[in-house]
Amino acid sequence: MSDGLILETRGVSLSFGAVVAAQDVSVAVRSGEAVGIIGANGAGKTTFVNIVTGYLKPDSGRIFYGGEDITPLSPRDITRRGIRRSFQIPQLFLDLLARENLLIAIAIAEEPSPSPWRPLDTASRRAEADAVSSRMGLEPYRDREVRVLPQGVRKLIDIAMSLTGRPRLLLLDEPTSGISADEKFEIMDRVMNALKETAVTVLFVEHDMEIVERYARRVIAFFDGRVIADGPTAQVLSAADVRRYVVGTEIYRRAGAVGEANAVG
Amino acid sequence: MAFDRTSLLLLGALIATLVAGPFLPAWFTFLATVALSKALVVLGVMLLMRAGLVSFGQGLYYGIGAYGAGLAANMLGIRDAFLLLALGVAASAVVAAIVSVLLARYRDIFFAMLSLAFSMIFYGLLVRSAALGSTDGFNLPPANFAGWSPVGATGRSAVFMLTAVLAFLAAIGAHRYLKSTLGMIGEAIRTNEIRVEYLGASVRRAIQIKVVLAAALAGAGGVLTALAASHIDPGLAYWTTSGEFVFVALLSGTAHVAAPLIGCMLFELIRTFAVQYAPYTWQMVVGASMLAVIMFLPGGLWSLVRMRLRRTA
Amino acid sequence: MQQLIAILVDGTVYFSWLFIVSLGLTLIYGVMNILNIAHGSLFALGAYMAAWVIGAWFAGGLPPAASFLAFAVAGVAVGAVLGLVIERGVLTRMYGSDPIVIILATYAVFLILEDVITLVWGLDPYLAYQPYALLGRVQLAGISFSIYDLGLVVTALVLAAASWYALNRTRQGKLLLVVIHDREVSAAMGINVRLKFTMTFMIGAALGALGGALSAPGISVVPGVGVDIIVLAFAVTVVGGLGSIPGALVGALIVGLCRAAAVHLMPEAELFVIYSVMALVLAVRPQGLFGRAIARKI
Repeated sequence: MSDGLILETRGVSLSFGAVVAAQDVSVAVRSGEAVGIIGANGAGKTTFVNIVTGYLKPDSGRIFYGGEDITPLSPRDITRRGIRRSFQIPQLFLDLLARENLLIAIAIAEEPSPSPWRPLDTASRRAEADAVSSRMGLEPYRDREVRVLPQGVRKLIDIAMSLTGRPRLLLLDEPTSGISADEKFEIMDRVMNALKETAVTVLFVEHDMEIVERYARRVIAFFDGRVIADGPTAQVLSAADVRRYVVGTEIYRRAGAVGEANAVG
Repeated sequence: MAFDRTSLLLLGALIATLVAGPFLPAWFTFLATVALSKALVVLGVMLLMRAGLVSFGQGLYYGIGAYGAGLAANMLGIRDAFLLLALGVAASAVVAAIVSVLLARYRDIFFAMLSLAFSMIFYGLLVRSAALGSTDGFNLPPANFAGWSPVGATGRSAVFMLTAVLAFLAAIGAHRYLKSTLGMIGEAIRTNEIRVEYLGASVRRAIQIKVVLAAALAGAGGVLTALAASHIDPGLAYWTTSGEFVFVALLSGTAHVAAPLIGCMLFELIRTFAVQYAPYTWQMVVGASMLAVIMFLPGGLWSLVRMRLRRTA
Repeated sequence: MQQLIAILVDGTVYFSWLFIVSLGLTLIYGVMNILNIAHGSLFALGAYMAAWVIGAWFAGGLPPAASFLAFAVAGVAVGAVLGLVIERGVLTRMYGSDPIVIILATYAVFLILEDVITLVWGLDPYLAYQPYALLGRVQLAGISFSIYDLGLVVTALVLAAASWYALNRTRQGKLLLVVIHDREVSAAMGINVRLKFTMTFMIGAALGALGGALSAPGISVVPGVGVDIIVLAFAVTVVGGLGSIPGALVGALIVGLCRAAAVHLMPEAELFVIYSVMALVLAVRPQGLFGRAIARKI
């Protein structure tokens, strides 16, 4: 029973020896939300994504996706259920062309048991790959080997791959890190617009508060593995502990800090 | 089934080989038979290498194929070459299916070492079993071909043609496989396994399938080598045999399915001459060539062909 | 009971020999992360040098007692020299490459050396039994065994102790331990990693050749003698843990005892048993009994 909750974690905790990566993390996300996840380095944001996507197993606590307990599942099974993620450091197939990276993503999503006979590069898959790469502004790079592409472009390919396969829940790990300041809004606009068409729930980990303000309706703040704030963007970003532990000093203040993102709360 | 340029070229080469066969000198067709039967094994090594795995134990399946055929022929009286092939391939595939469950959990040097260990276990069994002739091995009676029982030179020609057909068909099949989703997943596994899992595919299963495919190819190669030489001995499963497959794969290059076929032919040709004219320098020549390739031509000799043709992947 | 003692004794002798032969291989792997297939031919080189020296020594009527030192030194010397040549000539160009490619390079060197040995020493077997004959045999607990073999056991223990001391108590040894732990950080701290690599490879090669030299009196030294050795050494080092010297001791012990048991109880299973143990350890604990667990990435 999900009550419209697409993702729910209950009391998730994980330690690596003396290091507490996650402590009693309980979070509930409704279908269609756009949630920003913030926190200083080492606060547990990527760990959270790793746990939700099955790469790490929590010591205690459970994770529910659409009401189903996905705690024991592997990343592969979790992906098959409609959860996709992008990576902080782009995880790509360096020896292959950008287009081939996308084709592989699309083909695996289509064929639960990959065929040893039917070709990877079919007309329909190519069309889909080209559509996704156009959306992300990757046309000039389609036929280039990923190994020679700069980090920013690799980031885009990584995100593009996570957009394939019609996900219902998307976790983006620092989508704008490595992308120049003037391009980041353009990229995020493209991504969020693409997702709006398919009513996908998005959680994105970010260090860039401008991005968080603009695109997140809700923010979850991490510190030392714990959730220290969880609520509407403006509220969380102006909370005292969040400012102290995450955002920086008390001086953080922008004239008219509450932008469009907060209009609906 | 779409035939692309490579498949057509290979098919053409096969037809040319079959047509030319009867006109070629006997020593050459024998050499070609051995070379092409080994090329089957090297194709398997190539498939694994494309996925980033180096098997130092293909001798296991090569030996199983050969011994399987030998035992079937001597003990069960089976003479039909096609049946022997089927048995050899089946036996190799079954063993691989079992072994791959374990093997698919390892990578890099551990994969290499474990595959080596399995082949040496088999070698250990063969070499000490008096019933199988220990180090001497045993002989194989001449084979039939669906009722036809050729003898002497015709018999050898028949084996040659069978080997050629299988080698080229296997190459076409491998080419097709490498362009398929599963084949491309192999390429992906080589560079980033975690991402493959995160896209929803099972890396372990993909590797298991590859191990079985390579084993089936090696098994077929073993049967054909046995038929060609009419003799089987434990050396087929020894680590140096497995090593030879690996370095022929490296010397030939893994970029194209034709490379193992050409590479094996060249290798056997040069070996025959070297053994005849400069017997104690053959290993030195191979070793030096391998070093040269490793240091200056990492794509193998095929990359020379590539440079000539100036084609993209 | 008699059989059990025989197994233990045989196993101990075999273990000592295995340890001496495998020590160099595991050392090189531990420091440089290279599985040196050429180790087999270094063993063979040591064996041939020793056999040749022994032949010449006794034919020349030189003092028998000193022959031991002579052939051992000959082995070590040829190993060290060749180790230098291989490391500087081949390996040094390859350190950034894929580990498997480096292994194939050592395989290439192995092939080259095999033919070099045949070209230099020919095909006929060399028999250099004199050291065994010289020392004679002794009776212990009702079993007779040769003093030379006892000498091997002592040598193995001395080598184990010496390598432990060298690594843990000397300055150079401790620096090597640091390099084993993390190559990049060591280089960043100013340790001359390249030099360490050369030294390590030379020592490892010398030890391999020493293993061959010490083995020579007990075997028929023929072409290809290194081929069987290298897989045995692999089995030992894999079981104990690649790169671990205590591991090599334990691995040699286990393989030695298993092999001795097989030889006495079921000789057909000798090789089968050794490689099954290797496969078993790889399957259950791939890093070996003493190896470090392999960390996951991302």
